[in-house]
Amino acid sequence: MRVPVWLRPVLFLVALLVIWEISVRMHPGLILPGPIAVLAGLEELLHHGLLLKYVVASLFRVTWGFVLATITAIPLGLALGWYRRGEMAFNPLSQIFRPISPLAWIPIAILWFGVGDLSSIFLIFVGCFFPLLLTAMSAVHNIPAVYIHAGRNFGLSSKAFVARVLYPAVIPQLLVGMRITLGVAWLVVVAAEMIAVNSGLGFLIVDARNAGNRYDLVVAGMVVIGVIGLLLDFTMRSLEQIRTFRWRSSED
Amino acid sequence: MSLAQAGLAATPNGYKLRAKQLGMIYYADSKSVAALEDINLDISDGEFICLVGPSGCGKSTLLNLMGGFLSPSSGSVTIDGEAVTGPDQRRILVFQERGVFPWLTVEGNIGFGLSKLPRAERESRIAHYVQLVRLQGFEHSYPSDLSGGMKQRLQVARALAVNPDILFLDEPFGALDSITRVIMRGELLRIWQTERRTIVFVTHDIDEAVQLADRVVVLSSRPARIQEILNIDIPHPRNISSSRYLELRDELLKQIGLAYEI
Repeated sequence: MRVPVWLRPVLFLVALLVIWEISVRMHPGLILPGPIAVLAGLEELLHHGLLLKYVVASLFRVTWGFVLATITAIPLGLALGWYRRGEMAFNPLSQIFRPISPLAWIPIAILWFGVGDLSSIFLIFVGCFFPLLLTAMSAVHNIPAVYIHAGRNFGLSSKAFVARVLYPAVIPQLLVGMRITLGVAWLVVVAAEMIAVNSGLGFLIVDARNAGNRYDLVVAGMVVIGVIGLLLDFTMRSLEQIRTFRWRSSED
Repeated sequence: MSLAQAGLAATPNGYKLRAKQLGMIYYADSKSVAALEDINLDISDGEFICLVGPSGCGKSTLLNLMGGFLSPSSGSVTIDGEAVTGPDQRRILVFQERGVFPWLTVEGNIGFGLSKLPRAERESRIAHYVQLVRLQGFEHSYPSDLSGGMKQRLQVARALAVNPDILFLDEPFGALDSITRVIMRGELLRIWQTERRTIVFVTHDIDEAVQLADRVVVLSSRPARIQEILNIDIPHPRNISSSRYLELRDELLKQIGLAYEI
């Protein structure tokens, strides 16, 4: 009997979980919990209403940080990409800021915004801003000259040019950049929550360890983080599939 | 002086487009490269002109100067007696490749320059040009679903839809296979005969030039000057094995400096 294609990864995953459970049972002295214990931990969290609360807290911070970065970095990046002089002026600054890990900003974030939502939103904003800025600039550089010429030839006003040529030409690249950056945001929020706040999935992991080495809850937190990251990526990917957005992939 | 006289003075001899002592110099890395030198060319209304010359000689530069996409280093281009200072909807440039907008459907592309028209008129123009370039049934298709020849026809339709006086075509069939290319020549001639626009057509294909043009302008290698202007005095449809055709073809090959045999 042939196994349907969609079932294969599921079966593989189940096989891995079984191996995991068996090996944990064979060496009970090890500290790593098995999948059944993790599942029980998840249920416990759910039961206490903590899981939903922490997921919402993390998503809330990611959304705000990411949205703020998107609405500032993308228009700025598009403008800088278009006006090369602006880009040349801005370039050293962005090259210096880009390699600084957002986590290096944690002390400053706490100093400015205290322990709370605002400082983790700030950290996500910082982590998203520069990747999005660079994406937007390079998206403008990659517009084929032919589109720009054609747009000018048909006598568009600057406003119409932005809406009818520039924006549709850059959108496929922006969506890819936004998807990758959202992944970064999700990495940053977990790290930020370990230090700068007392709620969220990152906090859950640290808290579970501090409050009596509850490694089942630590791994449960990790699993939830992974699954939500996957869902975020999936959502952004389905945006890329919208017909008027995905012209680039079908054209090349 | 009366207005009529002034109007007459503005378009002496009834030429549509005049290039006078046109020169173009590019500056790159403190070096200057002369691309065009002393180009004088008069084009009549409704004429079909082909520009040929060795590759890299500056044919496209000349086209871009006439279309207003570049500013000349010296000399001037006038259309209807009016100096060309920038791109304009009255003269549309058709590109070799990727000229249509991939995010718009066939209808969206043809209607691109028509957004200021009332809806009913826009739609009737789109329908007219869909028919003219024979893209019926593909109105809602995206360029990625069209063949190379269809995309070029779409580009021509988009250009014609805004009712320009002049079409500039920059090797429009250069990226097509040789069979499609021959078909497209026939299509372009048919469209030109129904729509009667002035056409300036850059090509590096000798046969294409002799089959299409009223006059073929031969450019020399860089810096390009006008080496020869050849009148193609064969009426359409042209018999491409007639002796006159072969004679003109040979003359053009000789002008470009190619041997008769390979």
